[in-house]
Amino acid sequence: MTHADPADAVTLLAREEGGRVTAILAARFGDLDLADEAVQEALVEAVATWPERGVPDNPAAWLLTVARNKALDRLRRTTSAARRTRALAPDLLERDRPADERGLMVDDETVADEHLRLVLLCCHPALNRDAQVALTLRLVGGLTTTEIAAGYLVPEPTITQRIVRAKRKIRTAGIPLAVPAALDERVDAVLQVLYLVFNEGYLSRGTDAVTRVDLADEAIRLTRLVRTLLPEAAEVAGLLALELFQRARFATRVDAEGTILRLEEQDRRLWDTDLVDEGNRVLAQAIAAARPGPYQLQAVIAAEHANARTAADTDWSTIATAYGQLAVITGSPVVRLNQAVAVGMADGPLAGLALLDRVEGLAEYHLLHAAYGDLNARAGRPDQARVAFERALALTDNPAEQSLLRSRIAGL
Amino acid sequence: MEYLFLITVDESQMPTRDTATPDSGSDGMAAWLAYNQRLIDGGHWVAGASLQPSESTTTLKLGEGGVSATTDGPYTETKEQVGGFYLVKAADLDEALTLAGAIPAPYAVVEVRPVMFRADA
Repeated sequence: MTHADPADAVTLLAREEGGRVTAILAARFGDLDLADEAVQEALVEAVATWPERGVPDNPAAWLLTVARNKALDRLRRTTSAARRTRALAPDLLERDRPADERGLMVDDETVADEHLRLVLLCCHPALNRDAQVALTLRLVGGLTTTEIAAGYLVPEPTITQRIVRAKRKIRTAGIPLAVPAALDERVDAVLQVLYLVFNEGYLSRGTDAVTRVDLADEAIRLTRLVRTLLPEAAEVAGLLALELFQRARFATRVDAEGTILRLEEQDRRLWDTDLVDEGNRVLAQAIAAARPGPYQLQAVIAAEHANARTAADTDWSTIATAYGQLAVITGSPVVRLNQAVAVGMADGPLAGLALLDRVEGLAEYHLLHAAYGDLNARAGRPDQARVAFERALALTDNPAEQSLLRSRIAGL
Repeated sequence: MEYLFLITVDESQMPTRDTATPDSGSDGMAAWLAYNQRLIDGGHWVAGASLQPSESTTTLKLGEGGVSATTDGPYTETKEQVGGFYLVKAADLDEALTLAGAIPAPYAVVEVRPVMFRADA
């Protein structure tokens, strides 16, 4: 028996083992909903009994055994369910109380494969993006609906409904727990979901940080997990590195008044060097696989910023090259804009302006005009800069951006 | 499991007797025959048909005691109308989506819907 706080121990257990146990039971019983309900029920039992009986020596084994028994109990309760059991898990039902866990715990490789299938299922294209996010956090991440709702600042019934609907669709539409033929596409969907969760935590930080589940940290944890399940996928490592570099800068993103600080204004001594170091190692391993992709390129850009001791030390030509490659892959005009800004830093404002003239489709985007303003100001053309800054000012409602633009105009 | 593929097409883009060329007709037919054969050979075929244009539809509205209204034409007058369907057997949604994705109807929209219950199954 350990002396850990039982409530913390249950939360930790849900996070670290909830997804794996759900995956094992879902594979054995062929029923994801049953597996999820059984794991939730077991966790409720832990909350109720651990304070009195103490935390078991091996909480992971406890969860697997208790959740397995809860699943069997549920199956026995109705005849139709019992019929299903005979078809799907005959060996489990016949041995009433198995003496060992051989029926459940096969080799680690099989469990890892089942765990991966659960991750992939949660991001199946037949589920909408909101459902993918909620399912991933709940089934893979082991978060409660209360925690997910708190993380997204939405009412709990909204999240409950999303999960109930998604599980119903998985069952009625027959979405399989399988590794799809188009694995790369599915992995890409998983990465999109994880990065969405990360950004939700990243962008909302500082608004109501006290009560919020840290979605950015949860996203990093889940990206690490997916990396252990798919060690060969360079883009998974690329996303992990990107998240680590951005997470390293969390503390300096806003000032005491809550105003967003630009990179060059942030106090770099407060950046988390452990996270930067880890990001560097992960990114190096990703790049060694020689399979480039958009997350690795974004991580390269983030790495250049994170490793520059001062803003003036930033290697803008590497950043400009990475943005150029990213623009080719994504075709995004916003990436082209960023490329032009980086070239403006690396090769001078005139080179940046030349690229900016070729960006299409962003005429109503304030940051395009802000970039024109900045490059013209640095090129010694205050009149053109003023026109551009004023255009940018007219196109944004964000007070922080507006005050920044006004100070740029005043400084011309 | 069984799935219904509802194939919706833009009827204004469908070849008519006036616009169809002998070539496009036979190519299209060959593709459909090959697709049907694939369903049959794979053990997926339950039923399937292409439908007459939606203008030939008669729509009934049922009240408590039977028909409360009969109208000439489809329920919704839109450009996109159901043009055909398949009822197939598939192991799971992934297999059903693969089959539905191979339907030789460029620019069609295919809804894949699991069957809940079929009295004659």
